[in-house]
Amino acid sequence: MNRPELKTSRASSITLTGRPDFEAIAGWVKPGSSVLDLGCGDGLLLKYLHEHHKARGYGIEISDANVLACVQTGVNVIQSDLERGLAGFDAGTFDYVILSQTLQAMRHAEEIVLEMLRVGRQGIVTFPNFGHWEARLQILGGRMPVSSDLPYQWYDTPNIHLCTVHDFEAFCKSHAIKILERIVLHGGRKVSLLPNLLGSLAVFRFEKEI
Amino acid sequence: MSEARYNTDSVGAVIPQTMHIDVPLAFKSGAVLDRYDLVYETYGTLNAAKSNAVLVCHALNASHHVAGWYTDDPGNIGWWDNMIGPGKPLDTNRFFVIGVNNLGGCFGTTGPSSINPRTGKAYGSTFPVVTVEDWVIAQAQLADRLGIGCFAAVLGGSLGAMQALQWSLCYPDRIRNAVIVAAAPQLSAQNIAFNEVARQAITTDPDFHGGDYYAHGVVPRRGLRLARMIGHITYLSDDAMMEKFGRTLQSGAINFHFDVDFAVESYLRHQGDKFAEYFDANTYLLITRALDYFDPAQSTSGNLSLAMAHAKAKFLVVSFTSDWRFSSERSREIIKALLDNRLDVSYAEIDAPHGHDAFLLDDARYHALVRAYFDNIDTAI
Repeated sequence: MNRPELKTSRASSITLTGRPDFEAIAGWVKPGSSVLDLGCGDGLLLKYLHEHHKARGYGIEISDANVLACVQTGVNVIQSDLERGLAGFDAGTFDYVILSQTLQAMRHAEEIVLEMLRVGRQGIVTFPNFGHWEARLQILGGRMPVSSDLPYQWYDTPNIHLCTVHDFEAFCKSHAIKILERIVLHGGRKVSLLPNLLGSLAVFRFEKEI
Repeated sequence: MSEARYNTDSVGAVIPQTMHIDVPLAFKSGAVLDRYDLVYETYGTLNAAKSNAVLVCHALNASHHVAGWYTDDPGNIGWWDNMIGPGKPLDTNRFFVIGVNNLGGCFGTTGPSSINPRTGKAYGSTFPVVTVEDWVIAQAQLADRLGIGCFAAVLGGSLGAMQALQWSLCYPDRIRNAVIVAAAPQLSAQNIAFNEVARQAITTDPDFHGGDYYAHGVVPRRGLRLARMIGHITYLSDDAMMEKFGRTLQSGAINFHFDVDFAVESYLRHQGDKFAEYFDANTYLLITRALDYFDPAQSTSGNLSLAMAHAKAKFLVVSFTSDWRFSSERSREIIKALLDNRLDVSYAEIDAPHGHDAFLLDDARYHALVRAYFDNIDTAI
């Protein structure tokens, strides 16, 4: 009796467990909207947004394995290098352009944020907060920070543009970007007290200042 | 079932069939063909709902013989046998696959070497100049007669991919998925230039006789041979050729003559000779012209996005990094047009060294991708 039900619920229940930044993003994306997910990985977020918010969209990925995973999942994916920008996309094409956990690894970090707001009406970024107290403490101790959010050694890290919550806010201010919402997380929970010190993962939603 | 699923056997011995079509075909050029034959092969079984049919379109020099072999010619293996069969990326355990020789062809389908019933002679130079649209219309006639209202997918590489793209425009309600491999939205000036050299090689051959060489009992073999040689160069990458032949000398030394010194020369001559044995020169002219004329954006002042507005299918687009004939940039033009129309599309750029021919080769990443895409195509609609 239970078996068919189990099968059905399995097929349609995608969870974002373990990705609190995705949960925050999913809470923001309005039903039926169009989404471009830059560095979409295996397509989990897009699949979730499609199933739970009727969102339509595309992911961009550079890795062969992730492109294959997206096709297996049935998520639209375009294999492309974000460092080359979003030249294939016209201005104002998407409701949201999302860049999760990728900004800090991009060579052209400034350009991609501006590209996000050219192509999308709103941008959403998530990044590890370099201002978290653990990082600060390790630097005070004379070493580059290594933690669960920043698990790399200085010599093998893909993260070349790390920033703090305050750094990103200053960036937005200097680039005429209006921050619409901000969630700072640690251990999957929202941090409201001293977020730049106690939060390890930042999630921002923003648009162009008019 | 799971055992059969990953049993990557061939579809086995196959038998080509002929469909006589009595509905006149009005070509884009204005010419009309009262009746014609299409030669085709099928693999797998059409399901009761007739919803699992996949049409495979061929490129320049291929045919309806897509997979399997012939009992009387077991060495003649289908041109896409590595892609299509039981347990293969396009799995004939799930899909009913059709390969068809296009109009103007030389493998049994009505073409320039066929007898024109009005004259009792080969069509030769009088065969209408055929376009990709004309092919697609003829393919739809075949689908009608096989009882297929809507294809689960139309799939092709190179010129075959252009037909799949054209299907999404001509018959948006008769194609659920278009798989576009190693394609371009139209030829570049350089592409046309290569085709023109090939055609000039054929038409300036003294044995061409204005296209009516059949009556003279000759074939413009030298021209066809040269056409194939120049074409073949464009299918391979510089690296792939260097890897395969390098500067290897056939006899170990240069001989201060103009006969074969280098291995690559021997290879090209062999390819040319082989091709001239079985391919019809007029068909070569027609097919290169169909390539030149293919341009879905022609009717929308060059705006491909506007041209694609009629399409409804889902798309998988695949290109290969070393393909300089139809580079990845050309596939990105197609992607842009599909994105502009908010169509479902996935695009992969496969890092492969073989050039344009990569679409025919057995590349694990490429085949895994096509397999994954077809796995998600619902055959039970």
